[in-house]
Amino acid sequence: MATSNLAKAVTHEDQHAAKVFDLSKTTLRELNQALHDASEGSNHTNWEIINPKGSHAVAVGVELPLQIDVRGSVGYYCAGMNQNSTITVHGSAGPGVAENMMSGTVVVKGDASQYAGATGRGGLLVIEGNASSRCGISMKGIDIVVRGNVGHMSAFMAQSGNLVIMGDAGDALGDSIYEARLFVRGSVKSLGADCIEKEMRPEHIEILQGLLDRAGVTDAKPQDFKRYGSARTLYNFNIDNADAY
Amino acid sequence: MCGIVGLFLKDKSLEPQLGAMLSEMLVLLTDRGPDSAGIAIYGSSAAGHGKITVQSPSPEADFAGLDSEVAKEIGAPVAMTVKSTHAVLELPADKLEAAREAISTLRPDARVMGVGESIEIYKEVGLPEEVARRFDVSGMSGSHGIGHTRMATESAVTTMGAHPFSTGPDQCLVHNGSLSNHNNMRRKLRREGMKFETENDTEVAAAYLSHQIATGKGLGEALESSLNDLDGFFTFVVGTKNGFGVVRDPIACKPAVMAETDQYVAFGSEYRALANLPGVEQARVWEPEPSTVYFWEH
Repeated sequence: MATSNLAKAVTHEDQHAAKVFDLSKTTLRELNQALHDASEGSNHTNWEIINPKGSHAVAVGVELPLQIDVRGSVGYYCAGMNQNSTITVHGSAGPGVAENMMSGTVVVKGDASQYAGATGRGGLLVIEGNASSRCGISMKGIDIVVRGNVGHMSAFMAQSGNLVIMGDAGDALGDSIYEARLFVRGSVKSLGADCIEKEMRPEHIEILQGLLDRAGVTDAKPQDFKRYGSARTLYNFNIDNADAY
Repeated sequence: MCGIVGLFLKDKSLEPQLGAMLSEMLVLLTDRGPDSAGIAIYGSSAAGHGKITVQSPSPEADFAGLDSEVAKEIGAPVAMTVKSTHAVLELPADKLEAAREAISTLRPDARVMGVGESIEIYKEVGLPEEVARRFDVSGMSGSHGIGHTRMATESAVTTMGAHPFSTGPDQCLVHNGSLSNHNNMRRKLRREGMKFETENDTEVAAAYLSHQIATGKGLGEALESSLNDLDGFFTFVVGTKNGFGVVRDPIACKPAVMAETDQYVAFGSEYRALANLPGVEQARVWEPEPSTVYFWEH
């Protein structure tokens, strides 16, 4: 499917006026409870959260296919454990955005702090600015597209899924990586233990094109990226590798 | 956890609001540390004029007549302002060391929190809101300041274990993290003549930087060498008479976010500490890089 999730968001907004939650007046608990209470087939699929001012745990644990727009910057763990919904942060996100996401889409218009998309099992996380250190740490099936740069130790112990970096990667990219795929357009400061550059075969070009399409990226060609992944030398204990564990 | 804030003003017209802005930033981070809180403010200073901030567990007894007794000892006029458990003594700058000696003799239970031309330090056990109210921090003006709300992981929950730590004239440091080589470093610094009042790791970091500065290094160089000599997880925010510095260890897992506009540079452990600052929506906001020194000077 080549439709951008951002394009889908506009359709939702056309259909229903957004239900607005003002975090300067409503407590976070009330907001998250209301999101959890939303029922299948409700007309209120379009939600807007204003005045987050760096609040933690905004829109965590949402299970239904809601369209949620957060107007401003959020703190820790926004959109954690997300399932099915499309959550857009029109600002920056603190540590652990979309941590352990299961499905759905999370878009951060600004920058993201440490461990964005950590342990995510599915869905798509798009960061339009830069991500910080440990982006995609221990990712387990999530797809992450970062328009800018990622910090050090990104994709540390990444197990499956794809991390697309349109900018540069910091130190120790993919340290102790398992079967996740890393695509980097810019430079890589250094690769972590057991992470190596791999050949871009036609099937990888196809996968990457699909990811760029889903993220609404039209200004990048898959051919401009390099692919990195596991050399698989740390899979079984070998005394010669003791220093790398 | 611990929460740190810092605010360095470029725009003089904001100076009367420094205490209010800084205490609001700190209160917003209260749930990062409930044990104690503290704030250091660089207020007005006149040439040749010095300040000593003194803390006492029994302020009524210790502060009664302290100004006139110190004045007599040092042979110079002393003005004193008492705020709850703290008192600020103002006196000629060339008498600061003599006054410090006199205080330790005259009031052995009182502790000197900070010494310098413009620094004042207020710290106590309790939440930031209580500490800020107790010392009327929001009414204070100044050019820059730092604050800390502590969740104790190293050493006791006491007033002396609260941050900021000041170990040199007009210098102070707040810290989020824990140092792993502080005992060894404390021994080394003691041999170099540095004095310590607590078992706290942060006091070692403060003393390390003061020692580096005392040997002639600038703030930026002192922070650079801390990356080689201090081991552990840390985010430091440091104040000097004219400067404001930030550094994080190479792993950089302790949170930090900064914002800069034409009017100020601000630091917070979390963005929400910065969210109410004027013009922050248009500020350059970034996460300081690991092993990278940032500093500003007036």
